Amino acid sequence: MSWKYTLGFWFFLSIAGAFVYAPPAMGLGDLARIIFFHVPLAWVGVLAYLVAMVNGVRYLKTARPEYDHKAAFNAEIGLVFTLLATVTGAIFARHTWGMYWNWDPRQVSIFVLLLIYGAYFALRSSVENPQRRARLSAVYISLAFITVPFLVFIIPRLYPTLHPDPILNAERRINMEGRMLQVFLAFLAGFTGLYAWIAQLESRVLRLRARFKR
Amino acid sequence: MDPKSSASIRRVLALVRKDLLEEYRARYAISTLLVFAVTILVVVGFAAGMDPLPGHLHSSFIWLVLFFAAVTGIDRSFVKEEEKNTSPTLRLAADPDVVYAGKLAFNFLVLLALAALVLPLYVILMNPPVKNAPLLVAMVVAGVWCLAVTTTILAAIVAKTGTRNALLPVLSFPLLLAVLTTVVSGTTMALEGAGFTGARQELQFLLSYSVVMLTVSWLLFPYVWND
Repeated sequence: MSWKYTLGFWFFLSIAGAFVYAPPAMGLGDLARIIFFHVPLAWVGVLAYLVAMVNGVRYLKTARPEYDHKAAFNAEIGLVFTLLATVTGAIFARHTWGMYWNWDPRQVSIFVLLLIYGAYFALRSSVENPQRRARLSAVYISLAFITVPFLVFIIPRLYPTLHPDPILNAERRINMEGRMLQVFLAFLAGFTGLYAWIAQLESRVLRLRARFKR
Repeated sequence: MDPKSSASIRRVLALVRKDLLEEYRARYAISTLLVFAVTILVVVGFAAGMDPLPGHLHSSFIWLVLFFAAVTGIDRSFVKEEEKNTSPTLRLAADPDVVYAGKLAFNFLVLLALAALVLPLYVILMNPPVKNAPLLVAMVVAGVWCLAVTTTILAAIVAKTGTRNALLPVLSFPLLLAVLTTVVSGTTMALEGAGFTGARQELQFLLSYSVVMLTVSWLLFPYVWND
């Protein structure tokens, strides 16, 4: 209950801050405001994937079904956030580079993340036996995880990208104006909180379902 | 060499021999792969065979043919064990490590045979300008090795699912996309006449990818195989 109101208030303030408080960025102007949404969405998309993978590995170690359920719902949440990050990124690309999609290495990486989520759900839906489904999908998500560094960190080094510097860039420096940074961090915390809230609701649903089955 | 590891090597070789013998008698995998590859080649050849194409299109076509041919048939190596119910016996007869190594070696050999047939055919049908043939061969071998490493464990996964068809392309594409982009750019370099030093980055990438994938597959394979 308190989660809901705190998050609602927090987002109200952050959204107001994004449009009123933060100044337009140098060069990009008002267009830069989309990064307040885009970057945290992409961050949660990757975070949820990481949590899903960790739960998959935990399932392999313990064979307890709740870890498999956790892996599955984290992947579901991650898919939604990744889709939103892709869409906001495409809007940004349309207005700065001239087209929605141009196979920039960054777009390729997020596209592959979407594909991994898609393949994960395709695999889950094609196995009947729950234990077997849990084990195979845990193996798959771990396998997919080890290819992510190749895509996210190595391919953009090999091929040129138009994407603005990631927040954690090679020089370990944050190139952002002070007020923009405040709003940005507020959104980062807000979206992470939103993710935590959804995840907590999902695990409550799972607990209740397990209790009523008994 | 200690007796235990030489015994495992003998077992791996026995498994590869068994699979090759089976393949020689039924010719299932290689005929499916090859017919599929020739179909794509002919489609590509009809569409673009007469025009002089730039190098990067040639290398994308080569890998289009090899990738799709590989993922349509390579899961046979595990699916056939499930279909003929020979997998419980295999599970009793050998450790998962041995089975993994044997199947990987067999899949690599099948894909090498496929590439050895497809590549000359492509050169005949499409006339790509091959300026550095040794590098082209090295790129194809490295790419096929990465394909084999990635698809072997995925084939084991696919064999355990209910549907067993059309799943391998879906599962393998996201994992192989990094390999495909790299190997396509490396093959383009070979066609356009770059030396081994020019393509060093690509070869290093493929090597490190395959080492990482091999290690993790090795660790995870028992979870897939022991059901």
